[in-house]
Amino acid sequence: MSVLDQRVGEGAGVGAFSRRQAWGLVWLLAAALLAWLTFAVWPAWLNAVLISKKAFVSSILNGVTLAGLYFLVASGFTLVFGLMRNVNLAHGSLYLLGAYIGYEVSARTGYWLAGVAAGFIALAIIGLAMQVFVFRRIEGDDLRQTLVTIGISIVAADLMLWMWTGTTYQITTPEWLDGAVKLPIITAYRSNGDAVFINYPFYRLVVLGVAIAVGVGLWLMLNRTRVGMMIRAGVDDRAMLSASGVNVHAVFAIVFAIGAGLAGFAGVVGGSALSVAPGEDVRYLLASLVVVIVGGMGSITGAAIGALLIGLAEQIGLVYFPTYGIVLTFVIMVVTLAIRPQGIMGRAR
Amino acid sequence: MMTETAGRRSRLEAVFGEIGAAHIALLAALLVYPVIASDFFLTQIGAYSLIFGMIALSLMMLAGYGGMISLAQISVAGLAAYTIAILGENNSGVLGFGWPWWILVPFAVAVGGIASALIGAVSARTDGIYTIMITLAIATAVFYFAQQNYTLFNGFPGFTGVRAPEFWGVRWRDPAPFYYLCLAVAVLAYGAVLYGSRSTFGLALQAIRDNPRRMRALGFHVTAHKIAAFFYAGIIAGLAGVLLVWLNGRISPGTIGVGAATNVLIIAVIGGMRHPIGPFLGALIVVLMQTFAIDIVGAERFNTLIGLVFLVIVFVSPDGLLGLWSRFKPHFAQESLRSGASAPLN
Repeated sequence: MSVLDQRVGEGAGVGAFSRRQAWGLVWLLAAALLAWLTFAVWPAWLNAVLISKKAFVSSILNGVTLAGLYFLVASGFTLVFGLMRNVNLAHGSLYLLGAYIGYEVSARTGYWLAGVAAGFIALAIIGLAMQVFVFRRIEGDDLRQTLVTIGISIVAADLMLWMWTGTTYQITTPEWLDGAVKLPIITAYRSNGDAVFINYPFYRLVVLGVAIAVGVGLWLMLNRTRVGMMIRAGVDDRAMLSASGVNVHAVFAIVFAIGAGLAGFAGVVGGSALSVAPGEDVRYLLASLVVVIVGGMGSITGAAIGALLIGLAEQIGLVYFPTYGIVLTFVIMVVTLAIRPQGIMGRAR
Repeated sequence: MMTETAGRRSRLEAVFGEIGAAHIALLAALLVYPVIASDFFLTQIGAYSLIFGMIALSLMMLAGYGGMISLAQISVAGLAAYTIAILGENNSGVLGFGWPWWILVPFAVAVGGIASALIGAVSARTDGIYTIMITLAIATAVFYFAQQNYTLFNGFPGFTGVRAPEFWGVRWRDPAPFYYLCLAVAVLAYGAVLYGSRSTFGLALQAIRDNPRRMRALGFHVTAHKIAAFFYAGIIAGLAGVLLVWLNGRISPGTIGVGAATNVLIIAVIGGMRHPIGPFLGALIVVLMQTFAIDIVGAERFNTLIGLVFLVIVFVSPDGLLGLWSRFKPHFAQESLRSGASAPLN
């Protein structure tokens, strides 16, 4: 950092921090606090304030893994939005349909991975069809596109209810994903001196890992490949991209297929961790909406930050103020909108 | 319309001309409707259409004049309805403070207006599809909150046993009085929106819809106008919410769910958002379909039918049935323009 950047004269020269250094210190302290909260054995008063260390750490872990799932759903939503200005309010339906298809395929073939692949591929094809047969016809009319997605979500929800009835399904995960792992986090010591570790379902950690992998993959695709370059150019200036000789419709179709496919993929992955039932479409639509509103529309990084905030808020709320948990999510959204109407990573419109 | 001859007759003619022959014929038909209609048609079709027409009217007012499509209008109506159940009387055994109706109703309507203004304040800095997203998120959050919270909203079951009061010697929960009550409130709301659209505020709002930057440059407070529009829309939705809880006798999270929120949008879009009569037309069609589509597609597949009708309308005629009408009768589409131009400049 150059000398010119430094703010001089604030503290009469003594320990004159630059703004950046100050923030760095704040983040460092926050990280240290978090590390201490996670790894140290809590004193009694802290246990009294935050119920118990086990509850606290579980809620954080649940929040982070839920954030992984939310990110999988919302990344497709935000990708489609960023490029096409298309608010796909049928995104929750795509999630649920993916979950149902994944259930059917994995139940019939016996291979969970086949279900995951089927969820992705089937929904990518459906997304492609939606883009080609529906949205291309009303291109440039944002409002009508949005209304059409509402119509589609209503019809889809009803048809899925018809097909799969109101029963709750659970996609069975293979054995190698079952079980719990012992995390190196000590909650307490028994009287004989043995440490009590936290056990956590392995599958949920896998979901988190998959979400991170998908996030990194998307980032690499957007920033390191030719298609990604076209997509980014399209986000910035659609008309100019088209004028440079790129087949914009093909790029749109690819993005919509990826977005819908990710929703279907998330449906199978989420349906294995939680359950598949009517109404889940609305839940994940809400999650996607809030995540991209908070994170910034059209930004993958924003979706990750938003998902983390919302996932944590939801799970911490569930433990510490049950029945008011949704308010916490809502407050995050309102505060973000008040301070940065375009979202944390969003660009000014 | 003004005639040269002086006297009461010409003034009466002027008033009639201002209101319009179509309006008078429609009102007369609605007034004699109870004579021919059974109780079922009076409440489940008549009153129900009027109430949902009012909720959709509050959306039409925001969307048509302000360019803000809010999916949270049903939440506003629901909050007013919950206020009636919580502060008035219910037989769920939870809360129910038993306030008299003449404090309760204005209070509930005010709750609707304020809630709507707050929603407006959150979403007013955005426009178009962003408003849809944010209001949908708000509507969903309100639904989940009402479902999860038992201390205030009594959770999943909600409140039952809410009744329309008796005053001026009339049992307002009886079909005919209730129908007339709904009709009176709906006519008031309709007239207010129609009049408001030609007022200074209404014209400013429409100008903001068309070009917010220019209006800001002209010195208009764009955000304040939008929030004020949300407030007025909330008053209308709040009134409808009060009537809704009186009609159903109950309010539960299901009434304000996402399905209900999109239903209001469907009503407004099917009817058309260019003129305040559109929402009522849409409400009538949707309620009739809801009641009689069972014979065609069965009760379970109703949502598919209504969704498909909605999709067809969006594809064929974005301005709804009124838009279809105006294609055959260009005069109708021009009406708002002409009335805007003939309004006095001040």
